[in-house]
Amino acid sequence: MNTIIEGAVKALELLTDGDCDVFQVMTMTLFVSGTATAISVLLGLPLGMWLALVDFAGKQTLNSLINFGMGLPPVVIGLVVSVFLWRSGPLGNLDLIYTPTAMIVAQAIIAFPIVAGFSFTAIISINPKLRWRLLSMGATQWQVNWLLIKEARLGLMAAVIAGFGRVISEVGASMMVGGNIKGQTRVLTTAIVTEVGKGNYDVAMAIAYILLIITYTVIVLLTILQHDRKIL
Amino acid sequence: MINNRTVRDACLVSFLAILCIGFGSNLIKQEPTIGQSPAKKDVIVAMTTSIEDSGLLDDLVPAIEKKTGYKLKKVAVGTGQALALAEKGEVDALFVNSPKAERKVLAGGAVINRHLVMHNDFVIVGPDTDKANIRGKKNAVEAFSLIAKNQALFVSRGDDSGTNKLEKDLWKQANVTPSGTWYQQTGSGMAETLQVANQKLGYTLADRATYIFQKKNLSLPILVQGDKKLLNLYHVMEVNSQKFPRVNSAGAKAFINYVLSPEGQTLIAAHGKKEFKQALFYGDAGKTEKDYGF
Repeated sequence: MNTIIEGAVKALELLTDGDCDVFQVMTMTLFVSGTATAISVLLGLPLGMWLALVDFAGKQTLNSLINFGMGLPPVVIGLVVSVFLWRSGPLGNLDLIYTPTAMIVAQAIIAFPIVAGFSFTAIISINPKLRWRLLSMGATQWQVNWLLIKEARLGLMAAVIAGFGRVISEVGASMMVGGNIKGQTRVLTTAIVTEVGKGNYDVAMAIAYILLIITYTVIVLLTILQHDRKIL
Repeated sequence: MINNRTVRDACLVSFLAILCIGFGSNLIKQEPTIGQSPAKKDVIVAMTTSIEDSGLLDDLVPAIEKKTGYKLKKVAVGTGQALALAEKGEVDALFVNSPKAERKVLAGGAVINRHLVMHNDFVIVGPDTDKANIRGKKNAVEAFSLIAKNQALFVSRGDDSGTNKLEKDLWKQANVTPSGTWYQQTGSGMAETLQVANQKLGYTLADRATYIFQKKNLSLPILVQGDKKLLNLYHVMEVNSQKFPRVNSAGAKAFINYVLSPEGQTLIAAHGKKEFKQALFYGDAGKTEKDYGF
């Protein structure tokens, strides 16, 4: 029980001391997970929309694959990405294993199905008549898409929130492809594992607090975006 | 069409984007500059978790990087995994502690240039009640026999690390095939395994360094120590670039030379003395396994 309180004190210390290491790990976490989420949104949102608006053969299969992807264990994705990025792997020449880029790739793959799946649900739940009405009023396809995105923004922001929440809290894949290298690929989750390994439960708890604060801050910002009023 | 909400949303989105991009550029600055290909500059060292957890390389790495100009990527995995990575040419150098397994990989030609760097020792720890009655025994194999005979809970790392390999070896010498409810494998590092043994009041085999800095979280005393069989030797070696052309051989050599140099050996011997009032590792440059009767 003491650890919980000690951790809070330690977290304040770490944050107020301007501890370089902690700051570096924080920025790395935000950079990796933020970039990965952005990539997954750029790819997943159009895919979700396309699935919701266009009928084609095999749509059901693709849909079920995306739903399956939403439940894919991150650690499996980490393993597969590692195998590809190892020197002996097909992408070994890129020298990406144990770099932040490798972590971004793995995390983007983890978040992508979630963003696509949530986007699909958000768009499909808009009244279908809206689209036809817009088209009949002479709107271009791009204008229609943009208006649909605006209409479905509650659901779409939920997609972003879910994707970000999943990758920032992920540890297995980050450990495997990033290697948890101090000053290079250490993020808050893997730093917690490291500190536990060193027996510093108070520091581990402090980093846990910092992780929660950061996650909460970002989620609140996204929630403000999602709704018209502040929700705290 | 532009209303307050759109403006505010745009601001928030930009803010988040700036956060990410700002942090990103901040980090990318630390990447090697153009003109130095990272393949030449980066040295990947796979090592055992006990070295990582002890923080030894936190002392060594900055010194090595400053001296040699290489960028070290140290990956903490169990010795078993480190050797497996070396056999595939995925890493450049190793810093591990399972002499028997290392010799096998050496014979296979995947690694070369193997040197003894330092040693400490293993200890058998367990609950104060000591159901198996092993306290103070001088013989590790006898202690293991007693634990098995009494079916006292033994928590094994079960992760194919150096510690785990030695443990399996000791069971073999005790003519015991550990199985049943009294033998539990965590599949994780030394620190987690010690904590599991601590919570479940079981016996375990631990390297002394990890035990020392975990001690504040443990209620398990050392029960057996000092047997020559419990010596823990750490070797460095480079992965054979003849076999795997992508290996950064020069970088691996620079790393090995540094840990064997007087400067590196001094850092190793001094490590942990301030914090724990005792050395965690003892330098062995210039010695070989034979000096310890292996």
